[in-house]
Amino acid sequence: MIVETGAFALILALAVSVLQLVMAAVGRLRRSPVLAGAANGAAIASAGLIAVAFAALIFAFTVSDFSVANVAANSHTDKPMLYKVAAAWGSHEGSLLLWCLVMTGFGAALARARNLPFGLKTSAVATQGLLGALFLSFTVFTSNPFTRLNPAPFQGESLNPLLQDPALAFHPPLLYCGYVGFSVCFSLAVAALIEGRANASFWPAWGRWVRPWALASWAFLTLGIMLGGFWAYYELGWGGWWFWDPVENASLMPWLAGTALLHSAVVTERRGALAGWTTFLALLAFTFSMLGAFLVRSGVLTSVHAFAVDPERGMMLLAILGGTAGLAFALFAWRAPQLKGGGMFAPVSREGALVINNLFLTAAAATVLLGTLYPLILEAATGATISVGPPYFALTFVPLMAVALLILPAGPLLAWKRGDLKGAMQRLAIAAALTVVVALLAFAVFEPRKALSAAGVGLGAWLILGALAETAERVRLFRAPLAETLRRAKGLPMGAWGMTLAHAGLGVLVLGAVVETGYRVEAARPLAIGQSVQAGQWTVTLNEIRIVEGPNYIAEQGRLSVAAPGRRTSEVTAERRFFPAGGQTTTEIGLDFRGLDDVYVVVGERARATTGEPAWNVRVWWNPWARLIFLGPILMALGGVLSLLDRRLRLAVGARKAA
Amino acid sequence: MRRVLLIAVASVGLMAAEPPPAPDRPLPDAAQEARAQRLFDDIRCVVCQHEAIADSPAGIAADMRGLVREQIAAGRSNEAIRDDLVRRYGDFVLFTPPLRLGTWLLWFGPFAVVLAVGAALLAFARRRKAEVAPLSPDEEARLADILAGQQLRRDPDAKRSDD
Repeated sequence: MIVETGAFALILALAVSVLQLVMAAVGRLRRSPVLAGAANGAAIASAGLIAVAFAALIFAFTVSDFSVANVAANSHTDKPMLYKVAAAWGSHEGSLLLWCLVMTGFGAALARARNLPFGLKTSAVATQGLLGALFLSFTVFTSNPFTRLNPAPFQGESLNPLLQDPALAFHPPLLYCGYVGFSVCFSLAVAALIEGRANASFWPAWGRWVRPWALASWAFLTLGIMLGGFWAYYELGWGGWWFWDPVENASLMPWLAGTALLHSAVVTERRGALAGWTTFLALLAFTFSMLGAFLVRSGVLTSVHAFAVDPERGMMLLAILGGTAGLAFALFAWRAPQLKGGGMFAPVSREGALVINNLFLTAAAATVLLGTLYPLILEAATGATISVGPPYFALTFVPLMAVALLILPAGPLLAWKRGDLKGAMQRLAIAAALTVVVALLAFAVFEPRKALSAAGVGLGAWLILGALAETAERVRLFRAPLAETLRRAKGLPMGAWGMTLAHAGLGVLVLGAVVETGYRVEAARPLAIGQSVQAGQWTVTLNEIRIVEGPNYIAEQGRLSVAAPGRRTSEVTAERRFFPAGGQTTTEIGLDFRGLDDVYVVVGERARATTGEPAWNVRVWWNPWARLIFLGPILMALGGVLSLLDRRLRLAVGARKAA
Repeated sequence: MRRVLLIAVASVGLMAAEPPPAPDRPLPDAAQEARAQRLFDDIRCVVCQHEAIADSPAGIAADMRGLVREQIAAGRSNEAIRDDLVRRYGDFVLFTPPLRLGTWLLWFGPFAVVLAVGAALLAFARRRKAEVAPLSPDEEARLADILAGQQLRRDPDAKRSDD
C-alpha cells in the first residue's frame, strides 16, 4: 500500500511538473499573476509529492519489501539499518529519484523566492518545471524504482558491499544537491535570456539573485566530491584519493564551471559587467551536471564507479541533455549579442583578475572534458583506443591551475575598475617572502629532495599567506591601533571572510595534495605473525589474525601495531570482508592517524612466507599530510556558507529598481 | 551451528574466492624497484575498469608487474618496456596517451584555449580602450549639470572603504 502510494505520488509529481511548466509559460505570456502563482504552487506540490515517493521508497527498504524489484536487487535483511536506508539511493533508480527530489526541492525554493521580478521569476519557474518534467518522465518511464516483482524472492541480492560505508551513504545526497542545485542557475539564466533585458541596471540585480544558488550548490558539490574522494581513499584500499577516473572527472567539470560562475557572478553583481559570460557559465555548470549523469549511467565510459550500465537509458539521457542544453545555448547565441555590457574596467583591476580566473578555470574544465571524452571520440572516429590517465592531467591540468593559483592572491587586493598592480605586489611582499622560505624549507626537510614538490608546497603556502595578507590589509593589522583593527574586522562583510576562508582552504588542499603525492612511501611484503614491514620511519608489525563476524559479513581481521622511534606505538585493525549474500570480498583498511599524516595498512590475501608458515600480504603506505586533502575542501565549503550568510545577498538590494 | 557454518563458508570464500596471485617479489636493487613502481603507475590493467597495475588486485596485473620487473632486471630501458607493452596491447595500455596527429588536439587543446582566449581578451581590451573617447562638449555640459545638482545615484557600497 505504501509502495503504491509512492508510485502514485511519483506519477502525480510528473503531471504536476508538466502543469507547472504550462501554467508558468501561459502565465508569463498573458502576464497573469494568478496563473504564475498557481505554477509556484505546483512547483511546491511536486516537491512535496516527490518527498512522499522518496519516503515510501525508504520505507520499502527499511522493511525489506522484496516484492519491490529495486529493494530485492539492492538490499538484504542482514544489512545494518543505515545501509538499508542508504541503499534507497544506492542504485540507478533510487539515485534518480533522489536527483528528482533535489531538483523539485530547489524548484520549490525558487518558487518561494521573493523579490524576483514577475517576468524573470515566472520564466525561471517554467524552465525549472520543464527540467523537472523531463527528469521525472525519465524516472517514470525507464527507471521506476517502484516496479514490483511477482513472485517476490525471500531474500534480496544485497547492495554492493563497497557501497556499504558511511561516507558513501552521505556522498550522493551532498553531490546531488550540488549537481542539481545548478539547475536553478540554469533556469535563472534561461529566464534572463528570455526576458532579454537590455538595460544595464538589470544585470547587477540578476547577479545578486543567481549568486546564492551558485554558492549553495558549489558548497554542496565541494563537500560531495570530498566525501567521494575520502571514500575512494579508505574503501578501495589503493592508498590514493583521486584517480582521474572518468566519473571523478564528471563531477569535477561542473565544479570547475560552478567555481568560475561564482567569481564571474560577483563581477556581474557589483559592476554589471560580463553579463553574457556569467549567463553562459550558469548554463554550462548544469550542462556539465547532466553530462556527468549521462556519462555515469549510460556505460559509455569504463570506470571503477560506473553503475547501471544501460545503453537505452543512456540514449534517453543524451536526448534530455542534448535537447535542454541545445535549446539553452541556441537561445544564448541568439540573445547574447544584444546584452549590454555593464561597467568598463581596465585590464589591471578586480574585474580583470576575475576574468583571468575565469579563463583558467574554463580552460581547466575544457581539459578535463577533453581528457574524459577524447578516448571515446577517437575510438568512434578512427577505431584507435587510447587511455587518458593521471600523467596526462599532470602535464595539462596541473600547470594551468598552478598558473591560476599563482595569480590568485593578487586578485582580491586590486580595486574595482582600475587596480594598482604595484601596490598589490607591495602588500603581498611579506607573504611572498614567507612563501619562498617555506618552499626552501620544504626542499631541505622532505626526503627525497624534489624541486617540483617543494614548489607545490610553496604554492599552497602562498595561497594561505596571500589570503591572510589580504584580510590583514583590510583590517589594517599592526598598522592601526588594535581597537581600530577589531572594529574593522567586525565591519568586514561575511562575504569577505568567506572568500578568505575558501582561498585559504584551497591552499590547505594544495599543501595536502602535493605533499601526499610527492612524498608518500609505500611498502608491501608477505608477513607471518610477528613479522614486520618498514615504510619510511614507521614499522608495522602483524600481531594477530582472527576471524570476526559482522552483521552481514565474515572477516579476516589483522591486528597490527604501528611504531616509530620516539613516537607512541598504536594498534590498528585491517580486515578483508567476505559478504556471503553477494559473494564479494572487500578490504577494510587500517588507518592510523598521526597528526596530519596517515599510516595506511591493507591486509591482503594469504600467502606463504619464505619459511613456509602462513603469511598475509600486507601493504603499508605512509601518506604525509593526507589529512589536509580532506580538511581543505571542508574549509572551502565553509567559506561558501559564510558568503551565503552575507547580508548583501539576503537583502537583494536593487530588486525593486530592476523590476 | 549457523555461526560455525557461516564461518566455514566464509573461510572458504576468503581463501578460495580467487587463486591467490603469486606475491609480488620486489627487485633486490632499490633503484630498479623504484623505477618499476613508477612504471606501474602508468600501465593500465587491461582487464580492469580504470586502474593502474600498481593498484589492481587482478591476476593479470600481478603478471604484468612481474613482466615489467623481469625486463628491468634484464637491463631494458623504460622506453623499450613501454614500446613492448604497446606492441602487445595497443596504446590503450598506457595512461599517457601517445603524441601523434590524432591526439594533437588532446595534448595542445588546453593550452590553445588559454592562448586563444587570452589573445582575444587582450585584443578586446585594447579596442575598448580606444573606444573610450573624450566626452563631447554636450556631454560635458550635462555632466557639469548633474554634478552641480548632486543627482548622483547613491551607490550603497560606495562609502565602504574596505571592499
